[in-house]
Amino acid sequence: MLHIDTLTKRFGDKTAVDAANITIDRPSMIGIIGRSGAGKSTLLRMINRLTDATDGTITFDGEEITALRGAAKRDWQSRCAMIFQQFNLVPRMDVVSNVLHGTLNKRSTLATMFNLYPQADIHKAIEILDRLGIAEQAPKRAEALSGGQQQRVAIARALMQDPKIILADEPIASLDPMNAQVVMHSLRTIHEEDGRMVIANLHTLDTARRYCDRVIGMRDGRIVFDGTPAQLTTGVARDIYGAGADFSEAATSTEIETLDRPGIREAEAYV
Amino acid sequence: MSDATLGVVPQSVDTIQSSYMAQVQRRRLYGGLTLLIFFVLMVSGFNIADGRNAGGFWDGLHQIGDYPADVLSEAWEKRAALPGLIAKYFPALVETINIAAVSTLIGAIGGLFLSLLGTRGLAKWPRIIPLFRRLSDVMRAVPEIVIALVLIFVLGGGPVPAMIAIAIHTAGALGKLFSEVAENADLKPVEGLASTGANWSQRMLLGVLPQVAPNYVSYSLLRFEINIRASAILGFVGAGGLGYELRNAMAWGPGRFDEAAAIFILLFATIVFFDQVSSHYRNRLTEGQGQ
Repeated sequence: MLHIDTLTKRFGDKTAVDAANITIDRPSMIGIIGRSGAGKSTLLRMINRLTDATDGTITFDGEEITALRGAAKRDWQSRCAMIFQQFNLVPRMDVVSNVLHGTLNKRSTLATMFNLYPQADIHKAIEILDRLGIAEQAPKRAEALSGGQQQRVAIARALMQDPKIILADEPIASLDPMNAQVVMHSLRTIHEEDGRMVIANLHTLDTARRYCDRVIGMRDGRIVFDGTPAQLTTGVARDIYGAGADFSEAATSTEIETLDRPGIREAEAYV
Repeated sequence: MSDATLGVVPQSVDTIQSSYMAQVQRRRLYGGLTLLIFFVLMVSGFNIADGRNAGGFWDGLHQIGDYPADVLSEAWEKRAALPGLIAKYFPALVETINIAAVSTLIGAIGGLFLSLLGTRGLAKWPRIIPLFRRLSDVMRAVPEIVIALVLIFVLGGGPVPAMIAIAIHTAGALGKLFSEVAENADLKPVEGLASTGANWSQRMLLGVLPQVAPNYVSYSLLRFEINIRASAILGFVGAGGLGYELRNAMAWGPGRFDEAAAIFILLFATIVFFDQVSSHYRNRLTEGQGQ
């Protein structure tokens, strides 16, 4: 399905993504981990074409995504939804309007200007909101919602696009643990029930382990790990994050039981 | 429990859908009405204005290019004389720029005092802040050309009345912009200086000005561009400079259009030049500074 071949992105003399190769054969839920600056966001932004690649290609179902221009590029973006860390909703517009923005690729500017969305789309938007458990918030302004609710509105906008792929760039990094769980659970459900591919940048190992079928580790722009969560051992994780003297998996984990393992820290300091 | 919620949910989604649809319909109705009223007012307003117009808009529309065409064709015929004419009017251009520069400088100093005296938290006499604010309102409310006409009547024609007129307007306009910047200035350094026994002007000079200087200079440069245009226009009412020459060249009609064209070229080139220079420095002041 999705085939990424020696994809490279350079900003000036800095290489953000260095010859990344990824092949995904069937819709699955994929987590990308790595420390900040490892190139995770740049990779996702290149798949959505928010950022242009310097080198290499992305192919989806035989279509070369990196070569698309203009209307064809926007059409691809409508098939490849994106969810952001800071939600990126229009704060002063109501929740349903924000969800309806998922259909913008099919609408003319004039129809958008006069808010002329078809009734069927409005009903569908509210049904999606209901599926995510926030239908009561429909008429409220997006800025009036909590972070977790806003992220679910963003997911609803993504679903409104009816995409083949959902890209999630640190979807839970600005949420508290409870909301993070709700959001990750929603993404997992969307993957399982609708059969959509989900690619998520995650900053905690345990989230990647719990929700993803496949984990990709990036370090300094290179892909250094690609395998199942079971293969992701502490040693591998240390490689991904670059084993500093004070690194341990506990440092990136949000699970409570890791707090009870003080031994890890000292042991790894000597490795 | 879960059965109960499952039974309730579809019904509540229906209610949400219909109430939201009602809201959308209402919004569309209001939007449509507003648009309709807007168009009715625009069309009727245009017709009234057109009816009162001496020549009529539609009758005059096709003649709109006639005058520029005359000027351009005549200037093209006498194009050999253009460099000489540009050289001839260059001193007038310098006069125009001088008027703009001096009035910007004086206006900026006036605006500085008006702003510091009219900003809450900084003012030397907090009680008469409204006085300074109204003063700057009045100074920028009266158009330059009105002040210039009065002053030309009193002082006679020449660059000095124009300079005073533009300076007054500039002080009022910059006083407003400066005080908005000063309102956002951090008061902690001012407090620190006050604790050492510094007087008001020392506090302003050392505590406030370093913070606001980039913005002040940027606004002053913007004002300088505006003042070049203003001083060219004031020439039309007898204040000297390029505007005065332009009015003469245009009023004498065909035969001197080459001079009008030369002045237009000078004015246009000057405005573009100072726009570019000042926007370059304004960008450097607001963004760069090599941080």
